[in-house]
Formats: sequence, structure tokens, C-alpha cells
Amino acid sequence: MNKINSIRKDWSLIETLIAEDRKILDIGCGDGGLMEQLENNRNAITHGIELNRDLAANAIARGFNVVHGNAELDLSQYSNNSFDYVILSQTLQAMMKPKDILSELLRIGSKAIVSFPNFGHWKIRLQLLISGKMPVTESLPYTWYDTPNIHFFTIKDFLNLCNEMNIVIEKSIGLTSKGKQFDISESVTGVNFFTHEAIFLLSYKNFEPIKIISSKKVFAKNSVIAN
Amino acid sequence: MKTKFTTDTKLESEIAYFENINLKLESADIIDSFKLAFKTFGKLNADKTNAILVCHALTGDQYVAGNNPITGREGWWSRMVGPNKPIDTNKFFVICSNVLGGCAGSTGPKELQNGSDVAYGGNFPSVTIKDMVKAQSLLIESLNIEKLFSVIGGSMGAMQALQWAIDFPDKILNIIHIAGALKHSAQNIAFHEVGRQAIMSDPIWRNGKYFENNEVPERGLSVARMIAHITYLSENAMHRKFGRKLQSRDIISFGFDADFQVESYLRYQGKSFVERFDANSYLYLTRAMDYFDHDETFRKNIEFSHNQNNHLKYLIVSFTSDWLFPTIESKMIVNQLNSLSREVSFLEIDTDKGHDSFLLEEPQLDDVIKGFLTNNFAKIDE
Repeated sequence: MNKINSIRKDWSLIETLIAEDRKILDIGCGDGGLMEQLENNRNAITHGIELNRDLAANAIARGFNVVHGNAELDLSQYSNNSFDYVILSQTLQAMMKPKDILSELLRIGSKAIVSFPNFGHWKIRLQLLISGKMPVTESLPYTWYDTPNIHFFTIKDFLNLCNEMNIVIEKSIGLTSKGKQFDISESVTGVNFFTHEAIFLLSYKNFEPIKIISSKKVFAKNSVIAN
Repeated sequence: MKTKFTTDTKLESEIAYFENINLKLESADIIDSFKLAFKTFGKLNADKTNAILVCHALTGDQYVAGNNPITGREGWWSRMVGPNKPIDTNKFFVICSNVLGGCAGSTGPKELQNGSDVAYGGNFPSVTIKDMVKAQSLLIESLNIEKLFSVIGGSMGAMQALQWAIDFPDKILNIIHIAGALKHSAQNIAFHEVGRQAIMSDPIWRNGKYFENNEVPERGLSVARMIAHITYLSENAMHRKFGRKLQSRDIISFGFDADFQVESYLRYQGKSFVERFDANSYLYLTRAMDYFDHDETFRKNIEFSHNQNNHLKYLIVSFTSDWLFPTIESKMIVNQLNSLSREVSFLEIDTDKGHDSFLLEEPQLDDVIKGFLTNNFAKIDE
């Protein structure tokens, strides 16, 4: 029940990040719940990928464009910038190569929406500190040997990675374990302690077009040129 | 275009005659007149928006549902097509025609050459999947249907559905493509070649003129069917069904009788096939499949089609144990469509029943076909 509530909460926050009439790819779309919500409330055109066969079949039977497949292998088939938003909800920590996935998200989509449980939450830190065992919590309910979550990271880790990859954080929403919502960027102190779950709206850094003026033509390039 | 329609009571089929139409085939041969045998199920609605074309596989026919007068059995997909079935004939108008080159009433090697009393036999021109689809499109046109809601097919039927998407995207809204591929693989061509060699090395075949003596190259055709039938199953399915069980005996015979149930089963499959299928047709239709190849051209065809095809929706389905048209082949289609940002759904169904799964009890197949059709139909109705 808690898990479902947290996903619903996640979805409604994701919805607030999305403009009307956009094209969206939902990675790990399940039976199409979020796609349905975004089609109904945001008039979105949605596509989905789902690894689980039964969930994918359900989504297709419900009329959604869903490809049964593995995001880690199948994202390469999508063209650059073919979606306005690519959504990865609560799955980044389960990916084999999270960094590659992150750059794929922003290759396929103009913007990416990523949500994940924060491993830096005080309850998790406390559990590890006191018991000396890998933490098991409501949002991360698995024991270490059978967890699908193979890459644990904290908000700080994520911010560092974004910085390293030249990813701009356009918006970020944190949730406490009681469901209280706040803007991560505005509450700097203690954010990594109290954020239970985080949702980020990401895009690549926009470089100012560099104009190269020759005697005949004007060239513009949307990237940094060395020398 | 004037098309004559009649009803063949013996075949329990409608026949559409296309006279002096000079159908130009891919081979550059021209068929001046031809006919297609077809069946329809359900009712065309007033706006003509509910028509579905079902394309049959290699040895299928127009009897997709209801009774098949040739075999005396139920239609080949009656578990899928009918009132309240996944392809619901209470809701949809379903058309199924025997392909050009077939042997259930459409023009093919078994039929008389135009204006003569001799059958085509080996004189029938080579037909391709594209030619079959062209003939079907003329049928749809003559039925006064501007746009098909869906084209659905498995195996060779999937090839036809894909060809519809390439050649006539403006005349359809979606396709359901089951257990198919962009191309017929080398292994598949190899199996077909063995089948054809079995037929052609039967002395009764006589360069396709067996009908002159009222004979049938039974041995060749049944061996061809036996080989093909193996490719439609899977090792697990065969093991589950037959294992090493013996047929009507307790001990092995130390001879070449059908000791094993699997042998007896294959012999039966071969024998019953001979009663319903024409050997020359088998040669022509296997060849049509072999020639099917959109490996290099599909993406370009979809991307640069002069006909509008952005609106097309695709449902692609494969089966885990299908080694004739494996999942990887379906995924190639999905990849290319996704790279063009097209509306495609794909599901690989987990089953041990092999290529034949699309004809068999697979609840997930029923669910996705029914849901895909119902939901997409509701969208155009809005």
C-alpha cells in the first residue's frame, strides 16, 4: 500500500513538471498508469518501454504504445531528440550503467525526468550506523542479496554526477518520509538528510550559439569549439 | 474498375472476378484476368470504418472462421475470429481472401489459364507478397471500402500486413504483425528448398503437369509438409507432446515402420495435407515467401513513402520458442519504427509452442489483439 501511494505521489509530481501536448517516453511504464494519467491530464502523446512481459501485455491491451524490452539494451534505437520528455521513475538505482542511461535519456529527450529514493536519508544512515547491516526500509524493502537496486546513491552523489555530465537541473522536488514536499535547491542545508525521495527535471546545458563570421556566410554552431 | 461477384456454393465462398485488368506482377509478367475467393464475417458499418483484412499464412485459405468445406473442419483461426472472439465480428467486418497463387478458389497454378481448358501448372507466373497485396487491394477497392481499420496476419500473413503498410499506408489505419520478419532468412529459404525438392523429385510431379493424368505428387508434397511442420514446432513442444513414446506398440520393431508417435504424427500431417493442398501452389507460395526482403528497404520505404504513413499504428508480436521467425527478427522491425518515432507496440509471448503459437491457445495473444483493436477503434470513433 505504501509503495503504491508513493508511486502515485511520484506520478502527480511528475505531472506538474510536464507541459501540455508533449511527446513522452516512459521507461519502465508498467501497465501504462502514468501514460494514462499524462494522456488524460496533459494531452500527451505517450510511448513506453516495459521489461516485465505481463505488465507490457497489459499496457498494450489497454491501448498504449508499449514496447516489451530492456531499457539498458533498447534505448539506442530511438533517434536523438525524438521526445520532449523521457521519464525514468524510481529505476535509476536498478540500472547496470546508470551514467550511460542518464546520457541516453538526454539524447532521446529534450528533457529528462528522473526520480529515485535517496540513500542519504537519515533513517538509512542511522540503520547502517547502529546495526552495521545494510539498511532495509519502506522505500528500499529488499535485503542486500535479492535487491534489484544495485546502485545506491544519495542526492549529493546525483548532483555531482549531473555536474560532471554538464546536466542542468531545471527543477528538483524533494519529499520527506511523511510526504512533505519541498524544493531541493532552496533548502540546501540538511537536504541530503531529510529527502526521502527526489524528483529531478533535467536538460543539457544550453550553449550560446557561436557565430563564425566569414566574408560570405554566417555559420552557427550549437556547441563549444576548442581553439 | 468493374468487378463481377459470384458465389461458389461448393467452395462456400464469394468469388471476385477482375477481368481484363492486366495485373502487372513484380516479375513483369502480366495476368490479364484473375479471380479471388474470399469470405466475409460480420457487418460493414454505415461509415465503413470497421473493416479488417485478415491475411492467411502459407497453407491457409479464406476460411478464417466458420466451416471450411474443403477440410470439413472449423476455419483456421476460428478461435480468434468470430462473435465475441478477440477479433470480434459483432463489431468488425472481417474479410479474408485466398492469396493470388493459392489453391482454394483464387487464381493460381491449379486454375485454368485464361481462355483455355488447361490449368496453369508450371506456366503460372511467379507471384510475390507484393503481388498478393496488390490483388487484395483491388478486392478491397471493389468492395467500396476506402480504408481498412486493420490488416492482421501471422507468418506469411504478417509479410502481407507489412507490405500493406509499405504499399498502401493511406488505405489502412494499423497492422497487427505476428511471428513475421523483414525478410525470409537463409535458414527459412533452405527449409523451403528441401520441401520443393521433395515435390519436384516425385516422378508424378512431371514439371508441374501432374493434373493432366489426374494424379497428385502425394509423396513429394507430404514430405514437404512433414519437413515444414517440424519447423513450426519447437523441441520442447515436441518433447512434451510425444517424447519417445511408441505408437500402437509396446516394443520397437527394429524396422522402419512408424514406431514413434512423432513419426506417426508427421506422416498423418503429410497425408492430410495432400488432400487439401496443391503441390504447384506450394512451390509458388514458398517461393513468394523466399523472395520477401525488406531488410534494407523497410526503413527507407516508411521514412520516404510518398503516401502518408505517419498515422499508422503497429502491433508486433513474437514468440519465445519460434525459431523460424525468431524474436530478433520482430525486434528489427520495432527498432526501425522506433527510430522513426512511429507508434509501435511490441510483445514477445512466452510459450514453448514454436512458430505455430499464433494459431494456438495463447491467452496473452488474445488479450493484446483484442485490446489493441478495441482501444484503437474507440479512438477513431470519438
